[in-house]
Amino acid sequence: MVDVHHAASAVATDPAAAALAAKLGWSILLAPLCASVLILLLAIHRKTLAMFCAVAGLAVSLACTLTLFFMVQNGRLPVPFEASVTWISLGSLHVPFGVLIDPLSLLMTLVVTGVGSAIFLYSTGYMHDDPAASRYFGMLSLFAFSILAIVLSNNWIQLFIGWELVGFCSYMLIGHWYAKPSAAEAGKKAFMVNRVADFGFMIGILWLWSVSSTELAERTLHFATLQERLPSLLESGILPIATLTGIGLLLFCGPVGKSAQFPLHVWLPDAMEGPTPVSALIHAATMVAAGVYLLVRAFWLFELIPVTLNVILWVGAATAFLAAVLALAENDLKRILAFSTLSQLGYMVMAVGLGGSIVGMYHLTTHACFKALLFLAAGSVIHGTHEQNIWKLGGLWRSMRWTSLTFLIGSLALIGFPGLSGFFSKDEILVLAREHNLGIYILATLTAGMTAFYTGRLWFVAFAGQSHASKDHHNKEHAHVHESPAIMLGPLFFLSALSIIAGYLGIPQFLGAHHMEFHIDVAATSTVVVLAGITLAWLMYGKRTLSSQSVVRGLALPQSFVENRYYIDEIYGWYVAIIQQKLIAGSCAWIEQNVIIAAVNGVAALTRSAGEMLRRLQTGVVQTYALLFVVGLIWLLTRHLAP
Amino acid sequence: MVTLTHYLIASAALFCIGLSGVLIRRNILMILLSIELMLNAANLLFVAYAKAWGDLGGQMMVFFIITVAAAEVTVGLAIAILLTRQLNTLNADEVKTLKW
Repeated sequence: MVDVHHAASAVATDPAAAALAAKLGWSILLAPLCASVLILLLAIHRKTLAMFCAVAGLAVSLACTLTLFFMVQNGRLPVPFEASVTWISLGSLHVPFGVLIDPLSLLMTLVVTGVGSAIFLYSTGYMHDDPAASRYFGMLSLFAFSILAIVLSNNWIQLFIGWELVGFCSYMLIGHWYAKPSAAEAGKKAFMVNRVADFGFMIGILWLWSVSSTELAERTLHFATLQERLPSLLESGILPIATLTGIGLLLFCGPVGKSAQFPLHVWLPDAMEGPTPVSALIHAATMVAAGVYLLVRAFWLFELIPVTLNVILWVGAATAFLAAVLALAENDLKRILAFSTLSQLGYMVMAVGLGGSIVGMYHLTTHACFKALLFLAAGSVIHGTHEQNIWKLGGLWRSMRWTSLTFLIGSLALIGFPGLSGFFSKDEILVLAREHNLGIYILATLTAGMTAFYTGRLWFVAFAGQSHASKDHHNKEHAHVHESPAIMLGPLFFLSALSIIAGYLGIPQFLGAHHMEFHIDVAATSTVVVLAGITLAWLMYGKRTLSSQSVVRGLALPQSFVENRYYIDEIYGWYVAIIQQKLIAGSCAWIEQNVIIAAVNGVAALTRSAGEMLRRLQTGVVQTYALLFVVGLIWLLTRHLAP
Repeated sequence: MVTLTHYLIASAALFCIGLSGVLIRRNILMILLSIELMLNAANLLFVAYAKAWGDLGGQMMVFFIITVAAAEVTVGLAIAILLTRQLNTLNADEVKTLKW
């Protein structure tokens, strides 16, 4: 059933190794799906069993991924390796379903299963007292399957199915506490915004399929085949560059929605209504990174089209900068992290736009580690204090020593403190930007400074400083601030370790980069900017020698504009309420009422009045009928008997 | 000499008289009688052809028709009796409650 075919370039493969790799690949994909089905069918009322199934499912995936990783490292399995079955065969449309193993998918699978396992374990502590924990774990497992289906996909259709499934899981998990109206609304918003983007994405995929045929071969959705075919189609002039530009821009719609790029970023801050481990897994480490993964996976395609690459670059840069500005004025612990995620995703997209797909993927990996860590630490804070407003927190350093320490490590990695993982990956992006585009470089360096500032602000307000509990003894909530249990601290330590060492593991080399230049001047500049950001934050929020109000007034910053998030939500609200509902839906309703329904009713009235007239023929007098019968008979006879 | 043509003309005349009786007369009994005339016109035709072609099948058919006509008249008279009882009339024009 499983038809294993090896890439053309592969050296002679050990058949046993290939068979094992195929089995491992399918296991990675299917273990979380089995776990999800088991949980949703059998364990919906058995919380402990559900937790066990979910963690075990992902652990199987992680074990298989590690085995594959070592097979590839030892050279036992030449990459790229594919195991695939034909799923749908309809005329000229052949949709495969398969597993593609190459360094890129292997790295992303390691991120998903590795970081995911830590988050799953953490969830068992975080969601311990939740009555609907089984549903939560079922959805989390389904999510793991869906994201792995994206990552391991060897064709566009499977990728799109996974793409939609992660969107669905995200909807279910954001709205996990659906009794809270804001959570239900946030889930809907995330789903709707992603629908808008995915519509373009789907058209892009179909368009790509429709132009992919050659004289010799049928159309295809298979990544490797497309990659072989499209450049020659483009060179021979069969495929105009304008068409490919359109396809590229439509395909980019997908990442704009899923990776929450400007201007479709609005759903991500609201998605923070979901449980915090969900924010860590889906809305920081994996799902939102899937957009960047797609850009890297299809980079060969975007590379052919300079226009699209430029759009990607500027969308990424705008997102990085604008989201960082928004984080400056946010007061919610998780939302600050959400804006930071947006900003970092912007960095990654920007890196791809600059032509550095490996660098983008590198930053994705390190970001997955430290942002998951930051979210989990924030979750630990929320678990211990039941408070998310940073101004109501404070002095956490004293009451939650371990959580604070791990949060500090995550923060330092995020701002790119020298020596930690974020420093290396962010630096590569800055080097790339300086080589290609000075304007982008300045923007990115400024963003790094703002990242340092808002992270410093968060730290000095919430973790350092005075505890509000000690000032206000009447507040019982704060009186019982406690450190989280070991099951939650363990993943924090694991991710802290990853955040520290991820820069030394040679990730770019694993992805095929030959040498990574280290520019001391870029590193020094960014370090100075970062330190300046921290110092400013310390002056304003740590030492409080500078009042933030006076800074805002002194620099004439558009504070309300930023606090209202550039009014983008309002603009969308206005668009939906006025343009969409009143104008478009209203005129559709008018046409329906006055044209379509009128036509339908008109036909009915015509039929009725015709009937009114015709029924007069029915006199009830038997001789009338006899006469008509005779007349008809004579008419028939004359027609048929006459020559 | 009476030929087949004479029989045919006589039969056609009988049939037309019967048909006009059905269409024109208003008394239900007269309509029933006219139907009998039309049936007998057909009978005459069958017999005439049976003799002309020397085929007894036509004569056999006539017996069927006589039987069916007897049954038909029975049903027709029964309807006439019921009409008299229910509507107190034998005028076909007044029997027109079966409409719209």
